[in-house]
Amino acid sequence: MATILTPQATGKLVGKRVRRREDPRLITGTATYVDDIQKPGMHHACIVRSPYAAARIKGINAQAALALPGVAAVFTGKDVAALGPVPCGASLPGLRVPHHHILAQDRVYFTGHPVAVVVATDRYIARDAADLVEVDYEELPAVAAPEKALAPGAPAVHPEWPDNTAFTYHQEGGDVNKAFAEAEVIVKQRIISQRLIPTAMETRGVVAEWQPGDKALTVYSSSQIPHLLRSLLAGMLGLPENRLRVVVPEVGGGFGSKLNVYAEEALMGFVAMKIGKPVKWIESRRENFLCTIHGRGHVDYYEIAAKKDGTILGLKLKLIQDLGAYHQLLTPAIPTLSVLMMPGLYRFKNILADIVGVFTNCVPTDAYRGAGRPEATHGIERMVDMLAAELKMDPAEIRLKNFPQPDEFPFATATGLSYDSGDYEAPLRRALELVDYPRLRQEQAEARQQGRLMGIGLSTYGEVSAFGPSPATPAGGWESATVKIDPAGKVTVLTGASPHGQGEETTFAQIAADELGVDLEDVIVLHGDTAVVQYGIGTFGSRATAVGGPAVYYAIQKLKEKIQKFGALLLESAEVTFTNGNCVCNRNGKSVTLAQVAAASYRAMKLPPGEEPGLQVTYFWEPPNFTFPFGAHIAVTEVDRETGRVSILRYVAVDDCGNIINPLLVDGQVHGGVAQGMGQALYEQAVYDNNGQLLSGELTDYAIPKAGMMPWLETGHTITPSPVNPLGVKGVGEAGTIGASPALVNSVVDALSPLGVRHIDMPMLPEKIWQLLQQGGQA
Amino acid sequence: MKRLISVTINGKQRTDEVEPRLLLIHYLRDVVGLTGSHIGCETSLCGACTVELDGKAVKSCTMFAVQVDGCRLLTIEGLVSNGKYHPLQEAFWNEHGLQCGFCTPGMIVACKQLLERTPVPTEEEIRHGIEGNLCRCTGYQHIVNAVKAASAKMGI
Amino acid sequence: MIPQSFEYSVPNTLQEALQLLAGGNAKVLAGGMSLVPLMKLRLAAPEHLVDLRRITGLKTLSESSGEIRIGAMATHHDLDSSPLLRQRCPLLAEAAKHIGDVQVRNLGTIGGSLSHADPAADYPASLLALGAKVKLVRAGAERTLNLEDFLVDTFTTAAEPGELLTEIIVPVEEPKTGVSYQKMVQPASGFAIVGVAARVRKSNGQISLARLGLTGVAPSPFRAAAAEARLQGSAGSAEDIRQAAALVSSNIEANADIHASASYRKQMAQVYAARALHAALAEAS
Repeated sequence: MATILTPQATGKLVGKRVRRREDPRLITGTATYVDDIQKPGMHHACIVRSPYAAARIKGINAQAALALPGVAAVFTGKDVAALGPVPCGASLPGLRVPHHHILAQDRVYFTGHPVAVVVATDRYIARDAADLVEVDYEELPAVAAPEKALAPGAPAVHPEWPDNTAFTYHQEGGDVNKAFAEAEVIVKQRIISQRLIPTAMETRGVVAEWQPGDKALTVYSSSQIPHLLRSLLAGMLGLPENRLRVVVPEVGGGFGSKLNVYAEEALMGFVAMKIGKPVKWIESRRENFLCTIHGRGHVDYYEIAAKKDGTILGLKLKLIQDLGAYHQLLTPAIPTLSVLMMPGLYRFKNILADIVGVFTNCVPTDAYRGAGRPEATHGIERMVDMLAAELKMDPAEIRLKNFPQPDEFPFATATGLSYDSGDYEAPLRRALELVDYPRLRQEQAEARQQGRLMGIGLSTYGEVSAFGPSPATPAGGWESATVKIDPAGKVTVLTGASPHGQGEETTFAQIAADELGVDLEDVIVLHGDTAVVQYGIGTFGSRATAVGGPAVYYAIQKLKEKIQKFGALLLESAEVTFTNGNCVCNRNGKSVTLAQVAAASYRAMKLPPGEEPGLQVTYFWEPPNFTFPFGAHIAVTEVDRETGRVSILRYVAVDDCGNIINPLLVDGQVHGGVAQGMGQALYEQAVYDNNGQLLSGELTDYAIPKAGMMPWLETGHTITPSPVNPLGVKGVGEAGTIGASPALVNSVVDALSPLGVRHIDMPMLPEKIWQLLQQGGQA
Repeated sequence: MKRLISVTINGKQRTDEVEPRLLLIHYLRDVVGLTGSHIGCETSLCGACTVELDGKAVKSCTMFAVQVDGCRLLTIEGLVSNGKYHPLQEAFWNEHGLQCGFCTPGMIVACKQLLERTPVPTEEEIRHGIEGNLCRCTGYQHIVNAVKAASAKMGI
Repeated sequence: MIPQSFEYSVPNTLQEALQLLAGGNAKVLAGGMSLVPLMKLRLAAPEHLVDLRRITGLKTLSESSGEIRIGAMATHHDLDSSPLLRQRCPLLAEAAKHIGDVQVRNLGTIGGSLSHADPAADYPASLLALGAKVKLVRAGAERTLNLEDFLVDTFTTAAEPGELLTEIIVPVEEPKTGVSYQKMVQPASGFAIVGVAARVRKSNGQISLARLGLTGVAPSPFRAAAAEARLQGSAGSAEDIRQAAALVSSNIEANADIHASASYRKQMAQVYAARALHAALAEAS
């Protein structure tokens, strides 16, 4: 597939900067998020959580809480012992899976572990009562860092597994020993991808309502996966799935943290059934930091082998993954995605990876924007830069030397992937052009003359996206769409994707309107209610447009066939074309409108042979492969010698996400993604002390980027359509995050390279840089 | 002991009995039923709960309802007048200044304050002016564009 | 997110407020920007709040006999936007601009901030450099203290139970005084990792006044007397500044947290002191 350098609209709406359909409700404050839901007789829950990272529960006394007027019930571990467990959807050979009860039984494993739930008539009383629940703890030794947990004599997170090892995983491709034996240069580095807190602006929340007559439960939850949540929750609660309805209302951001099934979702279902009243639980920000999954949490040991001319021969990785105390939905699977993307955008075919999954007394890690791929990209992009430095090559040159060429696609990687399409030089060359690279290097040389520490950092990233073919996913990798045209000719799209800010109510309407030749206003897109939408998978892994979009497209193709058949009947012609919203007779040019066809299809006076009445098609699309977006980011930074503070002078992101449905929204995804990558590179870190207390436990101590901390982002695009799907799209939700952190770290390392600095771990806090400056660069 | 408060919210006066500890944001959301302002933290940092109190942007999660007795409040719901969006609402829409939308109501109210005090802000002034409002989706760039667009439109 | 119950009073006059506070159980509610989050996290649970917002006399800014008197209930925005302060005491207006964010500045008060005595609050650096005094009032009595005597320790002031901070008094800035407030921001909270306020005046080519206030560095904000002495009478050369700055944190037990170690804070105190002095001197000459 040829790469296009100047994006152009390919349809009346597709490819255009269409403003979003979802916005009017959001800008007027009339959207409904979970906490906006009110139900008659609704109660409120407050959860009592462990103040210790490891402790034995010797007793719980809820008498005083129960005596408080307005308190309806207090439930503890023994009440829910038979429910659950909180599911782990990942399977790996020999994986140790601790039984994850929805309330702690006789022991707690991380600070914030839920111990009891208090239910009261209002949230203030519930909160007061929670303070009155007396829990008698016997504190136990805890371990909160993965390498410490692996050390001999470390406290056992789960007493049954004293080595704190949940699994090991080995993967090899090619002949890595030969590669290293033949290498002319080998570079090694330990690289940390620190624990991050996803921090969606809306915390989690659940409302559960039990209909005793129907024996039916409705759960409203701030989730990215309504249908998977329904299936898993039904199992946890012992309910038939058809009596459980999950409604995902407006969701205030997820970034992977709501791609999960949490104890509280089952717990609220249980409470609603027990008390016979609707119940609401809204997570506080502190709970969100303590109890919603974290991301990353790697200690990586890399070795890269190359020839003197810069040809990369092979890569070895020992990956220590901090899992936390339990497996949430995908916890152990996340580092395997890092291994998949180890080769990055490069041609070398020899890899070796060993993962050790380690239990710690911390909240579990799981998918956070990029989920394994930012860690992998950070690793390979750092190693390539270190190799370039070792060989005194320009970082752009070494990358250009190692890219596979466009005619080598589909490109088989050493990790077993087949990269769909790519022209990896295109975005890099475009980015170099945008910054005027030769002049920039000249400027840098001059800056260095003046004693200024200016750095230029490149990253050329790739990602595996659009999860994914079903065999490669734990619960199906397809996506579904129903497209229906009502008797008046208006269009409704039901998607199994579950957008929560990405804007598919707009992009899917653009696709449908173009395909059906109707106005955008004539299409609505619904999602997120299992009683309304056919089964679906959800929104994560840059998949909604790349897997859900084609489902919409294919459903419409089938629908068009039916429209033509009804059109042919109305026009009494065998040769009819459906175009621009009308069925036109090819012979005499007579036409009928879509509304006329729709009315006739429901009135059903006559039916085309073999056809049912009505205009509605459901399509489940199974993708034949992942997609592989890519791009190049360049960060220009300067380090303040006196303080170690990093300033970003310029930031250029050129992404290739295949065809673009809506450039306005793609830019938004890139900006937001880059902001999160910058957050990791410069500011964010979940800090636990040795006892497993979260020191970065509030927004006062965990720094997500504010407006003043972000530079102006210059974006560009190249377009290499994906052959995997008919829309040619690849997905863009995670690209910015994946590209950003290595560009920034490479830039700052470049700035400090005259002092001999080779590597800096994230976050690049001023003090860390300052220490390097004090030591003359010798870390 | 509950106390009687009298407040004008979005131009309408009302009187309610409230517990002294009832936070203004809970009063607005749970008592008055104006759920446009949101709660994103408990440390007065995220700004999702921002409303206007006697013409000044404030974080309604860091006040008690009893403190606004006798005051005028404006929330995101009050920005639409005669069915027409405020220029900032229009600009956030046009410039894609929001994604998940959770921070948006508070962000727009904060931006309104910014434009009242600095009608033609520079990029730096915009970024400084919205320091009290966190957005995890947009990277703020489209918000900067939206404020500039609204400023241009309001200046006409 | 939800505070404990409390009794609430909103007196109309200072006398009423002092009577309510006299019992000793009541806590003052000023802007609430520090207190309310603590109450929501249940780290503070006062039994009785006395809301001062109706006492109009506590919000005024006025100048007389070479002094500016600032009511304790004046907000940071009041200070930042006050033409009086901008012209007659620009350092304090500048400090107010650095506090929190727009919403916090709209509600938060100078009296509340000082009474909370957060070791990383912005005001004390400037107020110490200005030689500010605070007026404390109780039923039937009042006293005036130097700010350094008021700020006793982290979250601790010299105010006794029943005593209310009503006024902050700063001198009108003399012409040709150069001032600057330089701050290294803790990116999450917006508080100062290090904040340094400098005031300098020169006469006949020599520094005739040098004042340095520091916040964020130690358990309590402080004045850097040794550094001031080093500058006094000097030409204010780059070398003078370097040597003076090196003295600001030499004998200090510095704070440490996940954002900055003690040694880094001490070093940054020197860097920011030098920056503040350079900026102030540029204005002074």
